[in-house]
Amino acid sequence: MHVPDGYLDAATTAGTAAVAAAGVALALRGARRELDERTAPMAGLTAAFVFAVQMMNFPVAYGTSGHLIGGALTAVLVGPWTAALCMTVVLMVQALVFADGGLTALGTNVGLMGLVAVGVGYGAFRLLRALLPATRTGLLAAAGVGAFLSVPAAALVFVGLFGLGGVADVSVASVAAAMGGVHLLIGLGEAAISVAVLGAVLAVRPDLVRGARHLQRATALAPRPESAGRPVAPNTVAPVSAPTSAPVDAR
Amino acid sequence: MGAGHGTGGGGISAMYVPGHSPVHRLEPHTKLVAVLAFALVVVLTPVHAGWAPAAYVGFLLLLLGVAALARIRPGRIVRGLVVEVPFVLFAALLPFVSRGPRVEVLGLSLSENGLAAGGSILAKATLSVLAATLLAATTDPRALLRGLDRLRLPSVLVQILTFMIRYADVVGGELARMKVARESRGFRARRVGALKVLGPAAGSLFIRSYERGERVHLAMLSRGYTGRLPTGPVAVVGGRSWAAALSLPLAAGAVLAAGSLLG
Repeated sequence: MHVPDGYLDAATTAGTAAVAAAGVALALRGARRELDERTAPMAGLTAAFVFAVQMMNFPVAYGTSGHLIGGALTAVLVGPWTAALCMTVVLMVQALVFADGGLTALGTNVGLMGLVAVGVGYGAFRLLRALLPATRTGLLAAAGVGAFLSVPAAALVFVGLFGLGGVADVSVASVAAAMGGVHLLIGLGEAAISVAVLGAVLAVRPDLVRGARHLQRATALAPRPESAGRPVAPNTVAPVSAPTSAPVDAR
Repeated sequence: MGAGHGTGGGGISAMYVPGHSPVHRLEPHTKLVAVLAFALVVVLTPVHAGWAPAAYVGFLLLLLGVAALARIRPGRIVRGLVVEVPFVLFAALLPFVSRGPRVEVLGLSLSENGLAAGGSILAKATLSVLAATLLAATTDPRALLRGLDRLRLPSVLVQILTFMIRYADVVGGELARMKVARESRGFRARRVGALKVLGPAAGSLFIRSYERGERVHLAMLSRGYTGRLPTGPVAVVGGRSWAAALSLPLAAGAVLAAGSLLG
């Protein structure tokens, strides 16, 4: 869904570029909070992952296949600011090196896929995460809905921009219906792939999923059950009258 | 980690065609400005002017001139156009869905307005893709990064781009090896059920990329990284080299001006 040059008029292009620049500036500050001084290597490698996984083809149905866009999934994995930066960087490389997406439309594309898709996807995820039970299933459902909504949201914002500054005189309603319909389907694929990938990461390295931090309880160091004959360790000050098998609180 | 170099044809370095032409030798930041300005001129061409098609031909001739000067083979440029295919479809729909006066073409009722808009979208997108393809074919990705740095892109963003470009082929190579491994075990991605295999594959790719990022960061810290990448001495770029680079957008601007004055 890369917007090429010449789709939107100059004023709309300049407007979206200004919004995108402001958003990226905010994301640069926010990512420093998420990744501290590791920002550059970690965001760079995550962007390389997004770039690679966008080339992976997933079978969808009836012989068609689709690929991940990855805005919402990346936001759940590494946090929204870093995700916005990663999407920006991927779009820049696609525009500059692969001529995919217009050069003057780079701001529009960053705005749509870096800011709108990540923002809507992560916003919906956070909202549902608060409402759903704090379990693995609840988390996956929230991420799936976020990924699903991120795609039609970006498409509808594009339709809005096309209505404002498109070069063709078409009825916005019909474009919205067509784009919305197609992107609802794409969103379903996006949700399925995002949930599959997220589930896999949660199973292996749940600590790497930033959006699942609330699932991890700080595991207290529990003492071994004491055997009957062993004396109580001197630092656990137990009253003499208490039986030695009394449970010792984990501190 | 010797693998990952030269695997797969879609790698980032595959777009660059090494050479020593005058276009290759231009400083990258002047080229970036030139291509961006050219794209801007193309976008600013009015859609509904009668002379617009003539201007598009003029722009195309300018780009072909640059391609000839850079000794980029036509096949290379045409391959760059593949990314455009989805937009050809969108542009082809416009004459059917646009409003306004209709014309009969081959028995189909088409919108005049939509024909002009569809045609101009196609022409503008094609010209811009051609310009970007020429930029990528004559500029090494690392030189592009130097150019972006000189154009005052925020340093952190340039660094993220640097790491991404450095490791995109490595991560892509890992993905390609996982695919070879899957398929040599008889896996064929045919139905939605394949997600059970492909999801974990992408997940482990994320874990590997993330862990590689941590290792790279630690390795760089131990080599004295302080949050900035040292850059070499910056070459002084004289007026002549700017003039050479900007001759493309200036010529395009002249075409545009001539069109609006004469047309």
